[in-house]
Amino acid sequence: MLVDLQGPWSPLFGRLTLASIPYSNPIIIFAFVFTALAGLAVVVPVLYYRKVGYIFREWLTSVDHKKIGVMYIILGLVMMFRGFVDGMMIRTQQVMADGPHSPGVMEAQHGYLPPSHFDQIYSSHGTLMILFAVTPILTGLGNIIVPLQIGARDMAFPTMNAISLWLTAVGAMLIMASLFIGDFSDAGWVGLTPLTELPYSPSVGVDYWMWAIQISSIGTTLNAINIITTIVGMRAPGMRWDRLPIFTWTTLSTNIIGLTAFPILGVALALLGADRYLGTHFYTAGLGGNLMLYTDLFWIWGHPEVYFLVLPSFGILSEVIATFSEKPLFGYITMVAATFAIAGISWAVWLHHFFTMGAGPWVNTFFSVATMLVGIPTGVKVFNWMFTMYRGRITYTTPMLWSVAALILLLVGGLTGVMLANPAIDYTVHNSVFVIAHFHCMVLLIAFTIFAAVIYWYPKVFGYKLDERNGTWFFATFTAGTAITFTAMFGLGFMGETRRLDYLYDPSWQPLLIVEELGIFVYVLSCYFFCRMFYVSIRDRNLNRCGADPWGTSRTLEWMTHSPVPFYNFAVTPHVNARDELAFRRSVGADETPPDHYEAIHMPKNTMIPVLIGVLAFGFGFGMVWRIWWMAGLSLLGIIALVIFRSFVHDHGYLLSGEDIARMEGKASQMSIMSETQDEMAMAEGVH
Amino acid sequence: MDAQVPRDGKLPPLWHYGHEGHDEISTKTLGFWLYMISDSLIFGGLFAAYGVLDQPMSFAGGPGPAQIMHPVAAFGQTLAVLTSVLAYSLGTLAMKTNNKAGVLLGIVGAMVLAVIFLGLEFNDFAVLYAHGATLQRSGFLAAFFILIATHGLHMMFGLLWMAVMLVQVGRYGLSKEIVMRLLNLRLFWQFQASVWVCVYIYVYLRGTFS
Repeated sequence: MLVDLQGPWSPLFGRLTLASIPYSNPIIIFAFVFTALAGLAVVVPVLYYRKVGYIFREWLTSVDHKKIGVMYIILGLVMMFRGFVDGMMIRTQQVMADGPHSPGVMEAQHGYLPPSHFDQIYSSHGTLMILFAVTPILTGLGNIIVPLQIGARDMAFPTMNAISLWLTAVGAMLIMASLFIGDFSDAGWVGLTPLTELPYSPSVGVDYWMWAIQISSIGTTLNAINIITTIVGMRAPGMRWDRLPIFTWTTLSTNIIGLTAFPILGVALALLGADRYLGTHFYTAGLGGNLMLYTDLFWIWGHPEVYFLVLPSFGILSEVIATFSEKPLFGYITMVAATFAIAGISWAVWLHHFFTMGAGPWVNTFFSVATMLVGIPTGVKVFNWMFTMYRGRITYTTPMLWSVAALILLLVGGLTGVMLANPAIDYTVHNSVFVIAHFHCMVLLIAFTIFAAVIYWYPKVFGYKLDERNGTWFFATFTAGTAITFTAMFGLGFMGETRRLDYLYDPSWQPLLIVEELGIFVYVLSCYFFCRMFYVSIRDRNLNRCGADPWGTSRTLEWMTHSPVPFYNFAVTPHVNARDELAFRRSVGADETPPDHYEAIHMPKNTMIPVLIGVLAFGFGFGMVWRIWWMAGLSLLGIIALVIFRSFVHDHGYLLSGEDIARMEGKASQMSIMSETQDEMAMAEGVH
Repeated sequence: MDAQVPRDGKLPPLWHYGHEGHDEISTKTLGFWLYMISDSLIFGGLFAAYGVLDQPMSFAGGPGPAQIMHPVAAFGQTLAVLTSVLAYSLGTLAMKTNNKAGVLLGIVGAMVLAVIFLGLEFNDFAVLYAHGATLQRSGFLAAFFILIATHGLHMMFGLLWMAVMLVQVGRYGLSKEIVMRLLNLRLFWQFQASVWVCVYIYVYLRGTFS
């Protein structure tokens, strides 16, 4: 062992002992029971209806970009729920632990969470929400929509797409495992050095955090390669660059950021890993370590990551607002230019995350000006959306409600962001909950557009609309919760509350803390309406079946194929003639003109390799966290062996004949993403 | 910019029949170039870390660059990695005449030279360790070892890839798919040599004469 572990270690189980399982903590027992019941609620029906084979054949081994996207989004929504529960626990602790006379229950002196447990909860809240909720959902949306918007059959590398999904899922599973086996990092989601070093964080918490992010970000990098290649190389004939839908443009820019930013995060975490596993001194407090190196490397990834998340949101806004204003998007070229301007500037602003850490006035000035520059292209975008709505025929469907509310959040978050970009102001409010309220406005804007996108594109993937009535209630309660919680939080920031406090010393904060807690209750109501929206929609699905264009005013290519989209996307590849192809076809009365005949389509075959790589990656991550070297080593060798094995398999997929397509097109409205495609594959002409 | 309906009322083509016409090889090559971009960012991050830690405060009283660098020893490694690329490229030239033996010979030559490179590097590390300049000694030495070892790991990965390609060329001949893999491997191999040139200049030459 190169490092001093401060605890037992055995060759067979590494650092894992029975004492690692926190069975004496009632909160964790409750979380375990809840998770286990939720897991059983999924597993038992699958076993009861004998659907194991179906799940395995049609989902786990699928290389279909739509199914992979749906799995990404489900993963993200589940993780978002867990992140929300974390947020709820943080708020409840703070409202209980205000003032010296506040009572303490269980092991806590104030509130109900002891400091180390509270620290783990805010660390996992941030990690989950950014990397395992919002990132997978946006990746999933890009996966589903981009190939449809550019008229492609699938992603450029379907198998690698599935590998990306499973690596992301492994990261999420490692974080879930940390809840019940061992603990999670208590050093914040940013991993404050040198607190994350082994002497100060001797438990496995930081290792869980590090490997979960490391493994899932490899998945994100591979996905970025895949999406960029797809957009560059797989566009339908006529889909020139100046006709690319804005969502595809923003996904392209976002993945250029992802491709170039995530390797830096990989380096930052790998060097931390070297410190913790090999005993090096990159970020240590002594022997020549430099903790600012970590802070810089982390935020060189961290700030582009913010735009990695927000740019697809801007794309969603552009699509939804144009559709429900019945007008082409105002200022297409400026929109694209603004997107890439934001992506470019995103590389030159990272230091504004630590203005107060002694960079000096000139460096701060440079990054301050660069940060304020972001406001210009963002302003261009906001005006473009407003001019799109101006004199349009606006219908306030739920996606449009979410989008308009998102614009207001963007305004609040953006203006407070410009305030924070000024170092003089930042010196006053840094590390206060004012900053927290600011970036929650921005990330919630992303969440708002995510809900807009899920509701907007849901009928495309599943073939029926979501219930508007419960959807409106969901929107109203979620927006009210946001407004109540974060308005109060801005106020508390000005009153001097700093972030990450498990005990608050000032009793005069109590009223606003109670307001925040009320906001959380409203959020809980919104969870109810969210579930009810899905329950009612699925129950009444046969009443709400829809055609190719469920909204009636959609403009882009994805609305030209059936809803639900058949597994081959388009029976015949569309020839693109205009920027808003469907709107163009509608205007000339050609939107329902079908192809006159069908030709054979070449399709990729499902494969077990991605899910096996996922299992081995989990073995590797778990083995590294607990320092079970045989397990980590064998898993890594297994992954390499699988990749080499795959390079020897000559699998060219299968050919779907024109007659089969004609037959399936005839009954397309009864098909769904849930039905078995294996029968169709068996009927196909076989491998060629 | 948007399409207009022609005056005679005839519509432009709406559907594209037949094969989509996406070139599989150019798609895969683009994907590989994008992977190389992400890989170069990894080295960029490591070079940045080395630049930050290459200063007296981070020597922590241990040896600095002038004490541990030897430009002549590293020059041997430079020669090995560059001739390895030359051997591989001569091998890919043989593809033009469909000369399978020439391709195999080029790959074997590249592998031998890469093994020599790694042997020299290992020897270099062993000498440093014998003098107490270890990975754990200081922030500077950590940055030095991790940067060089990351490059070394890439070289080992390249060796493994070449071994696989030897088998595949032998088994499947110079098919379209195999040629594409060989060309991507050449890109990878040349990239490792380029990284080594940066290492040689930025770490060894700059270190020796600092």
